[in-house]
Amino acid sequence: MSTQQTERREDIVAAPSRFPLREVILFGALLVVILGVYAVMGSAYSTRMLVEAACYAILALGLTIQWGYAGQFNAGVMGFVALGAFATMFFSVPANEAFWGTELPGELGRALLYVAASILLVYGATKLDRLGVPRKLRTLIAIVLAVVLYLVVISVLRSVTGEIESRAGFIGGLGLPAWSGWIVGGALAGAIGYFIGHICLGLRSDYLAIATLGIAEIIKAFLKNSDWLTRGTATVSPLPWPTPGPSTLGFTLARALYLSVTAVMIAVIFFLLHRAYHAPWGRMIRAIRDNEISAAAMGKDINRRRLEIFVLGCILMGIGGGALASFNSIFDPNGFLPLNHTFLVLVMVILGGPGNNLGTIFGAVAVYIIWLMSEPLALFLMHGAAAIGEGWFGWEPPGNLDSRALQARVFVIGLLITLVLRFAPQGLLPEKVKHHG
Amino acid sequence: MNELVFFINNVIVAGSVTGSIYAIGAIGVTLIFSIMRFAHFAHADMMTFGTFMVLLLTLAFPGVGGAVGLPTPIVMLPLAMVLTALLAVGVDKTFYKPLRAHGVKPIVMVIASLGVTLMLQGLIRLFAGTGAQNLYLAGERKEIYRLEMPFELASRPIIVTEPQIILFLLTIVCVVGLHLFLNRTRLGKAMRAMSDNPDLARASGINTNHIVAVTWVIAGGLAAIAGTLLALDVTFKPDLSFFLLLPIFAAAIVGGVGHPYGAIAGGFVVGFAETLAVFNWAVLLRPFRDSLPEWLAQAGNLAFVGTEYKIVVPFFILVAILVWRPTGIFKGKVI
Repeated sequence: MSTQQTERREDIVAAPSRFPLREVILFGALLVVILGVYAVMGSAYSTRMLVEAACYAILALGLTIQWGYAGQFNAGVMGFVALGAFATMFFSVPANEAFWGTELPGELGRALLYVAASILLVYGATKLDRLGVPRKLRTLIAIVLAVVLYLVVISVLRSVTGEIESRAGFIGGLGLPAWSGWIVGGALAGAIGYFIGHICLGLRSDYLAIATLGIAEIIKAFLKNSDWLTRGTATVSPLPWPTPGPSTLGFTLARALYLSVTAVMIAVIFFLLHRAYHAPWGRMIRAIRDNEISAAAMGKDINRRRLEIFVLGCILMGIGGGALASFNSIFDPNGFLPLNHTFLVLVMVILGGPGNNLGTIFGAVAVYIIWLMSEPLALFLMHGAAAIGEGWFGWEPPGNLDSRALQARVFVIGLLITLVLRFAPQGLLPEKVKHHG
Repeated sequence: MNELVFFINNVIVAGSVTGSIYAIGAIGVTLIFSIMRFAHFAHADMMTFGTFMVLLLTLAFPGVGGAVGLPTPIVMLPLAMVLTALLAVGVDKTFYKPLRAHGVKPIVMVIASLGVTLMLQGLIRLFAGTGAQNLYLAGERKEIYRLEMPFELASRPIIVTEPQIILFLLTIVCVVGLHLFLNRTRLGKAMRAMSDNPDLARASGINTNHIVAVTWVIAGGLAAIAGTLLALDVTFKPDLSFFLLLPIFAAAIVGGVGHPYGAIAGGFVVGFAETLAVFNWAVLLRPFRDSLPEWLAQAGNLAFVGTEYKIVVPFFILVAILVWRPTGIFKGKVI
């Protein structure tokens, strides 16, 4: 051992070892798998897979901040993805003249003003006790006022939105470039995250999981049923790309260009996170995660830091959701599923190694490949089983094998979660923490 | 008067039905929480599994119900309960016990239960397909009872179906049985002791492994009942579980986590809140149409939320409880 002394204070994170053998082997294996997919499935399909994996990597980085850095379990990634996708749709779709050319925007504005006014009124009523009204009476007044105003406002809003739906379809977008939607999507997701975090972060983590699961369903229900805003189940397509589309460049080249955009985004996020992680801020976050009480004793504002982390993660999820929606070029509120957009991301994070950014990116790509490939594999197995059953026992195989093979994905993801928790609880690339004795 | 009958049909009956189902489900969640201290996300899938077992058994023995005078699914329910209990114990042995032995944080158990959820969901859908299926097979029909109101003005009857009556009866049986079990038997008392203070319980010679297994058996059996009765009332859908999960957790939290009686109350609170929120109050105003101001009489739809937002209601109750009373109405544990 060298006894070299340095003036620099040592970080509690281990310095990278001289040769990162584990990383090289894992990423090498991943590269081989990707090349294999390229060879079997063709370059257009495989590039598409990589772009989607890259978008998922952004989501996974968002979750790894929350779960890996701070131990917050967000079970509502889907909701933030949906918000990012919605903002992207709203900003990038061309404006709808059938809506903007009539008096409808004015009426919608008036209805929204009513909404704002009644929120203010109810908020004012909750402050009545300052004027000497007894507290019980104040609560009663506030609740009754809220119920009555809610019913009035909702019926006004219903009539306006009904009018919009019947005359203009939906209000259309703003016709701005796609990336503006990504940014706003991130901001929107962060704002909602702030709201949830404010309520739930002080409680035990199970509550946060349930609450985020619920809020994701609510966001989906809202986007699905607000036909005037999102066209609901009728879906909006095509969403414009930030890069030249396949019609001008061909599928492979256009997708490769998109891939480079997402790769740059990941690189920037990775760099920023890496810096933050090794900065005093990162040290503080880890201190809070590992020993909350002593961190609080050191004068760290625990709840504030937790909220900061939670919002930061949500912002990344919003941005990733926007990028994913633009790439798929369709906004379909029904297409957001907890399985595809929450649990898949969760598996990526826990398989790759929560708290390790490189591991998270590895996990995102690896799990996405497993996820995509488990369906054809299951179909192959099922066809084999059906052929054997028919030949040997004279079975009649059910006709909808294809739709059932899709369910194999669900099973594979569930199995992955439990296996990783059991056999590699730190992930394949664990976070390197050096503990000084 | 017809409006009142409409109210009874759409709120009282429907609310009690959903309330009972949520209550039976929430008891399981609450028991698991109080013994093992984690929120068990796979509970709704255990319900689906139990229902699927009932479906398979009904397909295998179609004519049994006619011989007894009950619908075949109800006759098959005890067997399905046993199977679901076995599944619950097996899942615990395979997936949760090793983690518990490692002493992981509760949140890791929650994630493991999410993994179990997905595996169960994948398997059930793999075998059952994704479409809705009716549990009334082979010529059996839902009995529908129409209770005529003894009033001149009421021309419409109150409608109750056979599965709903069975549901009410079974809920009462479950609640009374659970009460007796927890208060009168040695095992029940041991369970309560372990829920209050696991270390003390262990020190006083209670076999914790035994208690854990019993908890899973009870939770699994109750899950099978709740799932089957829901499926009898509507239809069996393999993707039902996510829509059940939130209300059940809301019910458990509203009642105070770890508190079985609270879970029952919470189930009914959530069930009634759901039906009241989507109920169109304008119907009740109709008889007074002449004496009301015009703007109120003209309102066609006075429901608080559209039916499509039904899933939102339990969540709002949950948030309200979190903000105002994190221990629930019955002072459970704070998780």
